[in-house]
Amino acid sequence: MENKAIVCKELTKQFGDFKAVDKISFEVSEGEIFGFLGANGAGKTTAMRILCGLSYPTSGEASVAGFDVYKQQEKIKKNIGYMSQKFSLYDNLTILENIEFYGGVYGVSRPEIKERSTELVKMLGLEKEAKKLVGGLPLGWKQKLAFSVAVFHRPKIVFLDEPTGGVDPITRRQFWDMIYEAAASGITVFVTTHYMDEAEYCNRISIMVDGRVEAIDSPAELKKRFNTTSMDEVFYELARNAQRAAD
Amino acid sequence: MKLLRFILQKEFRQIFRDKTILAMMFVVPTMQLIILPLAANFEVKNVNIAYVDHDHSSYSQKLINKIGSSGYFHIAGTPDSYLGGLKLIETGEADLILEIPSGFERNLVREGSQKVNIAADAINGTKSNIGNAYLNVVLADFSRDLDIRFKLPQTSSISPSLITLTSTNWYNPRAEYKYYMVPGILVLLLTLIGGFITALNIVKEKEIGTIEQINVTPIQKWQFILGKLIPFWIVGMIVFTVGLIVMYLIYGIFPMGSLAVLYLFGAVYLIALLGLGLLISTFADTQLQAMFIAFFFMMIFMLMSGFFTSTDSMPNWARTMSEFTPVTHFIKVVRLIVLKGSGLNEVGKELFYLSIFAVVLNALAIYNYKKTS
Repeated sequence: MENKAIVCKELTKQFGDFKAVDKISFEVSEGEIFGFLGANGAGKTTAMRILCGLSYPTSGEASVAGFDVYKQQEKIKKNIGYMSQKFSLYDNLTILENIEFYGGVYGVSRPEIKERSTELVKMLGLEKEAKKLVGGLPLGWKQKLAFSVAVFHRPKIVFLDEPTGGVDPITRRQFWDMIYEAAASGITVFVTTHYMDEAEYCNRISIMVDGRVEAIDSPAELKKRFNTTSMDEVFYELARNAQRAAD
Repeated sequence: MKLLRFILQKEFRQIFRDKTILAMMFVVPTMQLIILPLAANFEVKNVNIAYVDHDHSSYSQKLINKIGSSGYFHIAGTPDSYLGGLKLIETGEADLILEIPSGFERNLVREGSQKVNIAADAINGTKSNIGNAYLNVVLADFSRDLDIRFKLPQTSSISPSLITLTSTNWYNPRAEYKYYMVPGILVLLLTLIGGFITALNIVKEKEIGTIEQINVTPIQKWQFILGKLIPFWIVGMIVFTVGLIVMYLIYGIFPMGSLAVLYLFGAVYLIALLGLGLLISTFADTQLQAMFIAFFFMMIFMLMSGFFTSTDSMPNWARTMSEFTPVTHFIKVVRLIVLKGSGLNEVGKELFYLSIFAVVLNALAIYNYKKTS
């Protein structure tokens, strides 16, 4: 049996009476690109924050890279990369300084940081901007850079929270090329998105509605099950009965 | 430790890239030290006095001249009646009314005593109190002169009054206000830098979302806190040094005591105040909240610390409370070291108190900072 990067069993997060995440169970295999879909407010970000060790679950079990989300958050953090919904590199640091900082806090050695960042900047085509402040970059570049920083220390798993929000189609395409590249190098990718064309790029997807995982399978299987040709339809079928108002 | 170096490198880059912080480091201490001692002066000069002279005698004229020549009073008017005097107080032209009753001279000569009436506008309490006190001194002086004149020819005793007090102001011989104020303002500067900058800095990271990115890294809590503490501690010490230089260049005040002891206290005090700032940042989610919480503490600290008013004259509960504000101890020590030249022996206890503040506040900040919520 292949190793599991993420295992969730009946994972629940409750805020007062409100069950943001309601007994979700799923598994993600190593090296997989796993799409985590759901309408706004369905509980995706909350679930992701628990898996990243940013938030305690109320009940249920989960392990990430083999570590428990209740007790071993700091070990989880050493083994994952995270790109949040909000752009979270430092605007008043340059591209190289941001890479150096985040690489450094994950324990990448200085010579290695130097070597890898030169490589990275070349790959992103940002040689000219390398010593400019990140704040001045266009959004698409910022997002690509944020992703590169999230996988810079070569984590086992990378969590991406709506990484392509507000980005043009060409950049999105390039972004997904980068995701494939990361997956090919053995990094498990856990990604949330609203774009159904992106869902098609994933090996498997789950669709969350009102805090619960309503469907989980490969995009092709899901389309077959709902007897349609587009993921849009699948999503619509599942999400239209949602009780929670989209925000 | 390696990890901490990366954090420090990042913080320093950000600080030195921020023009506002650089300006705060040098311009703010200089300006505050120059402007505040000149403006924040409790010495009362120019008390406006209105006198109502019902006697129109040579003695009443003498008294009035004496008041006028004392240097503290400015004659605001000479109304005919007490009511006229009150009008001057109502319009704000006069702070004090001195009413000399008719028969002033006659009673003084015949009976050797006479009452005069002083009325003070107590809206500006300090000014009226001090003006009142000055006026009493002038009156006492005036009556002593009279005593001498009346009694000396008759009796041959040596002196008319039994005891006279003379006083000497130690450590601040001319009782100059700036010597009291300038060291206090130095303390104020460190307090503001410690309390505000760290709080705002961390809360800003919360606002722009970078703190979440930090929380998802393996950075440990103490590393994060130290990473914020050390850079701002250095900034604070630079400001402290700039302040000391300005104090010397402009006011000619050079610490009488050991500079090393003064720096030791500055260092510990800054750690305590930075700890407070860090603690505030763990509670506040927005910079606005952080500002208000910090303001709340700063106001209490300032008012309770003996910066403006002596803690000795506070009621007991307030004095106890002021013991629990680090500013109280630091202000005391700075004044002792700068003006009196006290050494570590005399102020060792205060160092102990400040160290407790430093340890407790920072420990609370580390405890209360949650990487996982």
